[in-house]
Amino acid sequence: MDIGKILENLVNNAKTLKRIGFAVLALLVVIDFFLPRHHSHFFWDDIPGFSAVFGLVSFVLIVVVSKTLGHYWLGRSEDYYND
Amino acid sequence: MIDWIHPSVFLIFGALLIPFLRGRVQRIYIVLLPALALLTVMLMSPGVHGVVHFLGFELIFGRVDKLSLAFAYVFSCAALIGATYALHVKDNGQHIAAFVYAGSSLGATFAGDLLTLFVFWELMAFASVWLIWSRRVQASIEAGYRYLLVHAVGGVVLLAGIVILYVTTKSTRFDVMQGQGPAFYLILIGFMLNAAVPPLHAWLTDAYPEATVTGAVFLSAFTTKTAVYALIRAYPGTELLIWMGTFMALYGVVFAMLSNDIRRLLGYHIISQVGFMVAAVGMGTALAINGAVAHAFAHILYKGLLFMGAGAIIQMTGQSKLSELGGLYRWMPVTFVLYMIGAFSISAFPLFSGFVSKSMEISAAGEMHLPWIWLLLTLASVGTFLCLGLKIPYYAFIGKDCGARPAEPPRNMLVAMGIAAFLCIFIGVYPAWLYDKLPNPVDYHPYTPTHVIWALQILLFTGMGFFMLRKKLGGARKITLDIDWFYRKGAGLFMQFVYRVVVPIENWFIQVYRYVFRGNLALGIKGLWLDKNVIDGAVNAIAAVVVRGAGALRQVQTGQLQQYALVMVGSLLILSLYSLF
Repeated sequence: MDIGKILENLVNNAKTLKRIGFAVLALLVVIDFFLPRHHSHFFWDDIPGFSAVFGLVSFVLIVVVSKTLGHYWLGRSEDYYND
Repeated sequence: MIDWIHPSVFLIFGALLIPFLRGRVQRIYIVLLPALALLTVMLMSPGVHGVVHFLGFELIFGRVDKLSLAFAYVFSCAALIGATYALHVKDNGQHIAAFVYAGSSLGATFAGDLLTLFVFWELMAFASVWLIWSRRVQASIEAGYRYLLVHAVGGVVLLAGIVILYVTTKSTRFDVMQGQGPAFYLILIGFMLNAAVPPLHAWLTDAYPEATVTGAVFLSAFTTKTAVYALIRAYPGTELLIWMGTFMALYGVVFAMLSNDIRRLLGYHIISQVGFMVAAVGMGTALAINGAVAHAFAHILYKGLLFMGAGAIIQMTGQSKLSELGGLYRWMPVTFVLYMIGAFSISAFPLFSGFVSKSMEISAAGEMHLPWIWLLLTLASVGTFLCLGLKIPYYAFIGKDCGARPAEPPRNMLVAMGIAAFLCIFIGVYPAWLYDKLPNPVDYHPYTPTHVIWALQILLFTGMGFFMLRKKLGGARKITLDIDWFYRKGAGLFMQFVYRVVVPIENWFIQVYRYVFRGNLALGIKGLWLDKNVIDGAVNAIAAVVVRGAGALRQVQTGQLQQYALVMVGSLLILSLYSLF
């Protein structure tokens, strides 16, 4: 089958994809509660679901820091260097 | 029987024949050269080869061990993939520049002494700048000059370090640096500039987006990774590098978030990824060094793939900014899928190459009990997926339709991307192939259930965040200031400061001077007499001596360039003999 058609189908079924996505997210955290933990280097290695929270917090942090820097300090118009 | 061939011979000297070939023969030849280089590397046996004695220096062209072989292997792969990608280009200059660049990178990799390293190091800068200039637009010419100037400064710093090292230790060996003197830091700065460690990084993100479509693919592979190799060789376990590398990993991520040009965004992610490697070099344990080499190996392949995807977009749509792109997946589905393989690899998804290489470095931080480094590097990984796995795919390939109706790129470009994509998945599925090439014995198992679930949680929850805010994260029609401001705008501001502040102050002093000394005219007349008879007299006498001396010297001068050269070499020899005693 054509790759383009497959992609088209995926985009047209965004709602189903979204539901599957949320189910996978929930499943990952649930599985994490039942995993054996051997090689813990840090205390957070033993907290189930830690990396899910860490991922979300990191995402917010990166967006907020970069958007703030860009907005208040580093952003310029596109022909800034051409003047 | 020749027992050792330097692979650069094929690339550097072989490239010079390209202009004499035409059509299909030329295309076969262009693929053949890097293939021969790769074959030479594959058949090479460890040892020290190609030792040449020159002016009292021992030049080593072929130090072959597991470390140099791993880098040489991936550099020749990158040259082969890049050459395939550029096969349709009808510009011999670009092909030659690309091969000389790749060849000198291999030359630096096999160099066993710092002088040989330096020669190839400089050759890389001069060859690679052609890949930027070849785009032949004003922005590229200017960016190319800035690129060259920064690398020239870096080269001088590196050379100064090598000279001081030679004077103090009588050695130019390219090995782990001893001591903490000026030579240690000068050479380190030279290496860090090419590794694009902030604040010495702006040449990369300034120039790479202005290179030709095919040139940028070569650029993404060689300069920074040769520098990583040099750092592994000379500075393993230098603690400073742990923090510099971690800062670098985050710096790249933050600036990539602000980029609108897709290749500038990718350039900031070179900085970010090389940051992981630099940090691992700083850790210096067996696992960390293995991680740095594995990550460099995987990175060259997936970053090349990403630059090839971006190049395909630019070539087929004429646009390079996220704000002008969107909805391309319908028209370039194969490019999209291949790009996504690169994006999943760099984001370290399980079954892709980044997962088995980058995680070694983060695990090394864990083994050394460096909680902050571990957390910050993991934070940077989130940013990698955010920009390359979510932002570019969503705004360039999916998202709102930008109205462009591009076709897929030429077949050779797709084949090159296909080779890189295959290797990304192959390494991810069968990491033993890569681990076998690493300098230290490997006892590392990436595919434990805990690790896989850990990685999937981080990545997919980042993805969830992105889809909640996806309307707000697109490219804005803006540029971002970086360190290059200092030499692009800062120099102009400095001149204005001179004109507006320093010159008026000087004028004021002149006024004061005139006012104060006008009263002392009598003193002035005496001064004039002194000036005329004593000072001028002395000056005239010296001038007369010089004229007479010059007349005598003229007899010696013949105007023959060879004789001048002979005199220069002779004097250098006498000087060096003198310095020995």
